[in-house]
Amino acid sequence: MTPILETRGLNKTFGAVTAAKDLNVRINKGEIVGVIGANGAGKTTFINMVTGYLPPTSGEILMDGKAILGLAPRAITRAGLARSFQVAQLFPELTVLDNLVIALAAAESPHPSFLKPLRTKARVAKAEEILAEFKVAAYRDARVTAVPQGSRKLIDIAMAMIGNPKMLLLDEPTSGVSVDEKGDLMDTVMAAVRHHGLTVLFVEHDMDVVRRYVSRILAFYSGEIIADGPPDAVLADERVRELVTGHSDHKPAANAGAREGSSVA
Amino acid sequence: MLSFIAVLIDGTIYASWLFLVAAGLTVIYGVMRILNMAHGSFYAIGAYAAASAIGWYFSDGTGSAGMSFLLLIGCAIAAGLVVGTLVERGLLRFMYGRDEILMVIITYALLLILEDAMKLIWGVNPYFAYQPYTALGRSTIAGLKVSNYDLALIGVAVVVGLALWGWLERTNLGKILRAVIHDREVASAMGVNVRRMFFLTFIIGTTLGTLAGALTAPSISVVPGIGVEVIVLAFAVVVVGGLGSIEGAAVGALLLGLSRAMAVHFAPQFELFVIYGVMSLVLAIRPQGLFGRTLARKI
Amino acid sequence: MRLDKTELALVGLAVLLLLGGMVAPGWLIFLVTIALAKALVVQGVVMQMKAGLVSFGQGLFYCVGGYAVGMGGPFLGISAGLVLLAIGVVAAVGLAMVLGLLLTRYREIFFAMLSLAFSMILYGVLVKSQELGSTDGFNVNNWTLLGQTIAGGETATHVVFLLTVVAAAVVAFLLHRYYRSSVGMTCEAIRENEVRVEYLGLSPRWIQYANYVAAAGVSALGGGLTALAAGHVDPDMAYWTTSGEFIFIALLGGTGSVLAPFLAAIVFSLVRTYAIEFVPHAWQMILGFTLLGIVVFLPKGLWSLFTRHRPEAPVVPAAPQKTSTGGAGA
Ligand SMILES: Nc1ncnc2c1ncn2[C@@H]1O[C@H](COP(=O)(O)OP(=O)(O)OP(=O)(O)O)[C@@H](O)[C@H]1O
Ligand SMILES: [Mg+2]
Repeated sequence: MTPILETRGLNKTFGAVTAAKDLNVRINKGEIVGVIGANGAGKTTFINMVTGYLPPTSGEILMDGKAILGLAPRAITRAGLARSFQVAQLFPELTVLDNLVIALAAAESPHPSFLKPLRTKARVAKAEEILAEFKVAAYRDARVTAVPQGSRKLIDIAMAMIGNPKMLLLDEPTSGVSVDEKGDLMDTVMAAVRHHGLTVLFVEHDMDVVRRYVSRILAFYSGEIIADGPPDAVLADERVRELVTGHSDHKPAANAGAREGSSVA
Repeated sequence: MLSFIAVLIDGTIYASWLFLVAAGLTVIYGVMRILNMAHGSFYAIGAYAAASAIGWYFSDGTGSAGMSFLLLIGCAIAAGLVVGTLVERGLLRFMYGRDEILMVIITYALLLILEDAMKLIWGVNPYFAYQPYTALGRSTIAGLKVSNYDLALIGVAVVVGLALWGWLERTNLGKILRAVIHDREVASAMGVNVRRMFFLTFIIGTTLGTLAGALTAPSISVVPGIGVEVIVLAFAVVVVGGLGSIEGAAVGALLLGLSRAMAVHFAPQFELFVIYGVMSLVLAIRPQGLFGRTLARKI
Repeated sequence: MRLDKTELALVGLAVLLLLGGMVAPGWLIFLVTIALAKALVVQGVVMQMKAGLVSFGQGLFYCVGGYAVGMGGPFLGISAGLVLLAIGVVAAVGLAMVLGLLLTRYREIFFAMLSLAFSMILYGVLVKSQELGSTDGFNVNNWTLLGQTIAGGETATHVVFLLTVVAAAVVAFLLHRYYRSSVGMTCEAIRENEVRVEYLGLSPRWIQYANYVAAAGVSALGGGLTALAAGHVDPDMAYWTTSGEFIFIALLGGTGSVLAPFLAAIVFSLVRTYAIEFVPHAWQMILGFTLLGIVVFLPKGLWSLFTRHRPEAPVVPAAPQKTSTGGAGA
């Protein structure tokens, strides 16, 4: 089966910093993949490269077997690879409704109209549906600046899903959200994901959240994928425990040789 | 051959002048991220201050050229300190942290205010301060007569450039300033008093502007509007060189100075065109200017 | 076609102005004509401000529109006023289509400086061209409207007034629709967050380009009308301080309504008429302090004075779902 997303030998350096080192990732349709790794491990850089925001130093990126390296983010979005952002990327001074309506119009056509009104009845109705689905209907007419963090993240994800993508890359959907809200937020997101039958990769620091939703984990450390496999196996991996999840038994790194399925070839 | 040398000499003189005019602008932008539209007005204030002082000094028919140079520089520094302090304390410090483009508009407002303030102080009739210029006489280089004052300007530009460079690269204060330039937040977190650095930078930048004006005063007639003309030239220089870079300003000034001299000698109708033409060309090839850095937005 | 409040106001104001034109003194008609024509140039500035760009070079298109009207007669033998205006708009649009390729790569101060540079290039060319009167410019006369020669004097003033009011009303009407269209709203979205627009699958650069070109056309129309009204063009139309004046008027009015630039331009012209008479050397100073005042106290311009009473975006209610109207999707 052709993976929906595949990277081959992806590298990225920023000056002296290696943010990605020989990343070989294959993600198949229907998978829910969690990405873990400490701050600065290269998780966001991976998403940025895959979606065309940053050019990799070397390597290949394929979607459904076709090379997408070198395409602009807009082309990759239109090809069906959507993403959300670590810090929600919205239009702060516009209302939540307008944020969604703009996204809906963009999804309809890459060539927007000059004189036909943006806010049509059909788009507004659809936007209201989405607001309800993501439990943010209360903020319909509020400007984004007046919306709390958790709801902003939900709107950000909703906007990514508007274009009916094949696959969704979520960069820390719960960052900046209080601990008690995390569960509800993820439930809302995952309900929508299931409803639309999407393949998902999401970055998350909270291992409880990860364990609850994913079928597979990629563990990043210093630009490398040090473990890739089912959650239980990856979270039990010694190097992961030492370098990522922080429950290390304080064994020297050299002992961490026996690690479970390192990078998938 | 002769015209080639003429282009070289004229171009270098003009480049020195451009550098002097642009240096303060680029220093202020580099540290404070303020593209100061009012920099041309600082230049004009320096020119007016120097011209009226020179006029007064020579008014009784006597006076030595040597003293008049000290007077020029003294006036420039005094005007720079006064105006810089007034503007920074009275206006800019309340505006820090705003959008770069909004700062352009704010300093544009300042330009409008200063233009009329100068008219109210000095009137609208021209001022002349030619004595230091004529006192130095002329030299002949390869058969071309060149004013010694203009040649001295080249020296001043080199000294100012080296002093700025040395100050930024070789002194402790310079190190602190470079930290501010590199990352304001980090510098602030490391205990640098960023606001004090801003004040200091602004005073220095302003004084560089008034100095450029004072040094130019002897070779022009000082009239309303000179600052407005100069500011767009200074912009061209710093944009070509890369906003905020001293080396960039020097290279940009040379490039534009020589291009203009070439146009003046071979195609005078393109004199103004050439400066902005070169600027557009450089930006088309290197959007951040010759020495500029680009920063991608992190998402 | 249903008209909303702004569109009704537009039609009403245009009719009022035309009626007023029958009784108003010549100097006032002239003042309003020039103000409206300049307001059209300002509309071009506002179009770009809405998209997050501040053009310090809109005088370029103002000048192109004006010079096209002036040069049509002597160089092309065209005297029909409407054709001359159209030539100006087409020339500006053509120029903008070329410059836009470069300019749309820039944002913020780089866009401001580069647009300024382009207008200064035109200025530099014009002051050096003897056949166009170099710094003095030249007079624009002997044009016709629908076959009638407009000789100058009273009739000319009235004819240009009529032309300008109609043009301003039509452009404002279209702009009002444009600002609510997909492109218009996407321009605001680009100002707010370009990265997000890109990730919605749109090309911010293409939309900025379209907006830039359209703004050039609108501004050129203003320039052409100014040339007809003033009967004169000169290189100062492209000097950067002229563009600064347009920015001033744009900020004075604000971007809140398509009517704002007209209001601001008329206020500007009235104040200037008196200021130049009574305090000739303090006029710019007044402008400067006003500009600072606007930036600090009235960042959305004079227009926000009219909309102040409306509540800001509603304060967030505690219970979610309260105002939920749409059907549940999941
Ligand atoms: N645009 C950039 N320019 C320079 N360095 C960058 C850039 N983007 C990321 N980096 C560096 O690359 C490394 C990886 O960063 P990245 O943002 O991918 O980490 P991350 O795993 O997403 O971390 P976090 O959990 O904090 O979001 C870091 O050292 C970071 O400083
Ligand atoms: Mg990250």
